Amino acid sequence: MSGNDKGSEKETPVETTDENEVAAEENQPRPSGARPNSQIVDTVLTTAAAIFLAALIGAVLMALSNQEVIDSMGYFFVYPWDFFTRSFDVVTTSYGALLKASLGSGEALSHTLNRSAPLICAGLGVSLAFRAGLFNIGAQGQIILGTLAASYVGFTWSLPGPILLLTSIVAGILAGALWGAIAGALKAFTGAHEVISTIMLNQVAAAGLLAYALGELKSFQRPGDTLGLPQSPPVPDAAAFPEVFGVHLGVVVALVAAAGVWWLLNRSTFGFELRSVGVNPDASRTAGMSTAKVFVLTMAVAGALSGLAATMFINGDQASNNASLVGSVGFDAITVALLGRGTPLGSVLAGFLFGALAVGGGAMQTSSAGTAPEIVQVVQGLIVLFVAAPAAVRWLVRQRRKEPTDTFAAKGATA
Amino acid sequence: MSATATPESSATSRPVRDRADKLRQIKLLVTFAVVFVLVLWMAISIDNSQVLFLNAAELDAEHQPKSINGLVWVWVAVGVSGLALALAALNLVPRNGWALLIYLAVGLSFYLAFTIWYYADQDAGGVEAFITNPLPSMVKYAPPLVLGALAGVICERAGVINIAIEAQLVMGAFFGYVISSLAYSNGAGMVGAALAGVLVAVVLGVFSLRYHVDQVVVGVVLIALALGLTTFLLGQIPTEQENASLNTMLSDPPDPLTPIEIPGLSQIPLVGRALFNQSILVYLTLLAPIAIWFLLYQTRWGLRVRSVGEHPKAADTVGIKVSRVRWQAILLGGGLAGLGGAFYSVGSSGSFTDNAANGQGFMALAAVIMGRWHPIGATMAAFFFALTAAMKDDFGLVTKVPSELIAVAPYLATLIAVAGFVGRVRPPAADGQPYVKD
Repeated sequence: MSGNDKGSEKETPVETTDENEVAAEENQPRPSGARPNSQIVDTVLTTAAAIFLAALIGAVLMALSNQEVIDSMGYFFVYPWDFFTRSFDVVTTSYGALLKASLGSGEALSHTLNRSAPLICAGLGVSLAFRAGLFNIGAQGQIILGTLAASYVGFTWSLPGPILLLTSIVAGILAGALWGAIAGALKAFTGAHEVISTIMLNQVAAAGLLAYALGELKSFQRPGDTLGLPQSPPVPDAAAFPEVFGVHLGVVVALVAAAGVWWLLNRSTFGFELRSVGVNPDASRTAGMSTAKVFVLTMAVAGALSGLAATMFINGDQASNNASLVGSVGFDAITVALLGRGTPLGSVLAGFLFGALAVGGGAMQTSSAGTAPEIVQVVQGLIVLFVAAPAAVRWLVRQRRKEPTDTFAAKGATA
Repeated sequence: MSATATPESSATSRPVRDRADKLRQIKLLVTFAVVFVLVLWMAISIDNSQVLFLNAAELDAEHQPKSINGLVWVWVAVGVSGLALALAALNLVPRNGWALLIYLAVGLSFYLAFTIWYYADQDAGGVEAFITNPLPSMVKYAPPLVLGALAGVICERAGVINIAIEAQLVMGAFFGYVISSLAYSNGAGMVGAALAGVLVAVVLGVFSLRYHVDQVVVGVVLIALALGLTTFLLGQIPTEQENASLNTMLSDPPDPLTPIEIPGLSQIPLVGRALFNQSILVYLTLLAPIAIWFLLYQTRWGLRVRSVGEHPKAADTVGIKVSRVRWQAILLGGGLAGLGGAFYSVGSSGSFTDNAANGQGFMALAAVIMGRWHPIGATMAAFFFALTAAMKDDFGLVTKVPSELIAVAPYLATLIAVAGFVGRVRPPAADGQPYVKD
């Protein structure tokens, strides 16, 4: 697993699919009698087709949103060639800018990796909860708690360098774990549905704790910054992840976390219980497992991973904590987990893909085509949708086969 | 056991109680005691009994704040919560629907006491803030939450998980704005909003019913797609240089829906203006829960919907077209949620702001679960969330309590309610499971 570090650096988003599928193969029970090799090839093909289709739809949107293309449509029947060349120009410029800004150079790649790290960590948290049959919408709140704890420790405590960094990270992880464990404990001991409790905890974290810290606590307000958006000071250099070639070491930590989650899920007793409860809680209880323990611990570990994602912002990017720091990473993490099919390797690759798209999306806007970055969001959604719907993709590319559609099931919302 | 009672009477008056029943009494006792103590403390700590009360959503010529004796009402709240506490102590809280009435009374008395305490004894350093009647703004905020929750109920009763309520709200808001501007008609805008919700439902249906994709995946993806698409399309509105006529049309939407006063009924004290001086969208929202309840529980179609959500195979065996009924349910749900989304554009400002729904779709989803997948229960939960949205507007002027605490109070209350009293809920048995005919 630790080899991913190099592997994912070299790959373009399209090529990531094969490893993604290998992960799905490794971790999910396959129907008996199915030949693994043909299935790998099949899923690689459908995933590639999904990404291609999503990119194609994105291209259509790009072309139709470009003023020059729209102008050329006015005389389409007189001189149609203009329409096609202009569309082609817009699409190649936009996607070219996207690829160049996300993967084109060492600097671009480092941006992508830094952007991917929180997505990977939070995606791992959501994935882990999915495997236990829990739908963790609460990554957002858990990340916010993590940023609060990590930044508070980072800029107020005075400890020697590496110890400060370590304490800050641990504080972030523990805060996220606490926030996750609340939802798990409520589910385990009172039966409160985790979808409700995580949504509410998200609101409490954002509208309550974060707003209170930024608005009322003096230590969270950057001195001399009374006007404008209230924000905290960034953590000092001592509490920041060291950087190598512009990539902070948090990225490595994220990959180690992915390896840890893989070990936890597939090699540990707790992981077995977790997956077992995810497949059938009643049978697991009958077999003598404590579902309460699994719910609480799973949500705590999921929260801890989200807390780790928070440290990528605070200790990695040395960002100031403010109301919009986390953005929508907590919700994107759900998409990452779904695209990664609940597997650690899948989350790493999906997080990398989404990080690259996010970095590249901004570049599309500043390119000569001036394409709106929201197209990236649409393309992201479409990729997940098509990957989840192999039958639909096959129908779209006209290669019908008689196989049962086997999608990764998120049982959480029904449990 | 005390020896004073005769064996016969203790056997009749004291039925055997299991652990769950005792736990329930303890929970009620603790909750009611906390409420009672808080309300009592508020009653004692108020010095000046007079507070200003405005019996309308906002100031106008007819409606001016009046000074009322708030302390009396706080003591009424003390009495109500004390009574509930006594009932809980004697284990006389009923175990059926009437219990809901007691919970409601305790909740309302706490809300009343807190509001009066919050506004009482202000430092008169300028204009004195007044209590506004929260009902009109609560009802005003209700459409997206109530209609979204009802959409969720219909879909999930048919066995299709609809995470995408948020997507339907956002799309409804956007297309409500675009179509009302292009047609210069709010009615057309509302129809367009409903159709946008149906469009989202069609995508949900194609992928979840036709291709059996996991419904949660489709829902989450649809939210991301709807947010991306509406932001993208909003950016595509041509500037004046590019297309002057389209720009003029879209930058000048018709005035948002105006309240229609129903003569007579709107004169009922307290609730009259809340219920009978509202826009057409709100009237639809007030009628929808009853209509959906009737549809689901009193009609043949409703029975079919519930049966395909509980046991599609059995429904199929007796000749119900499972897929068709599910399609009908999710399309109806999509239309309702889309209409709810119209609140954000046609219903409030006329134009569309980015990410208009701002998580209210998730609150509607929570209302579905809190209301135990029942239209009336979900509506009650949605109204509670609407009340909290109205509260945020009302409590901004005075700062007796940190505003952040006010902001999170409804979410904490929901957590306590869900953890303490709603507890384990049971979704429709076939919720989220695609039906594949053998």
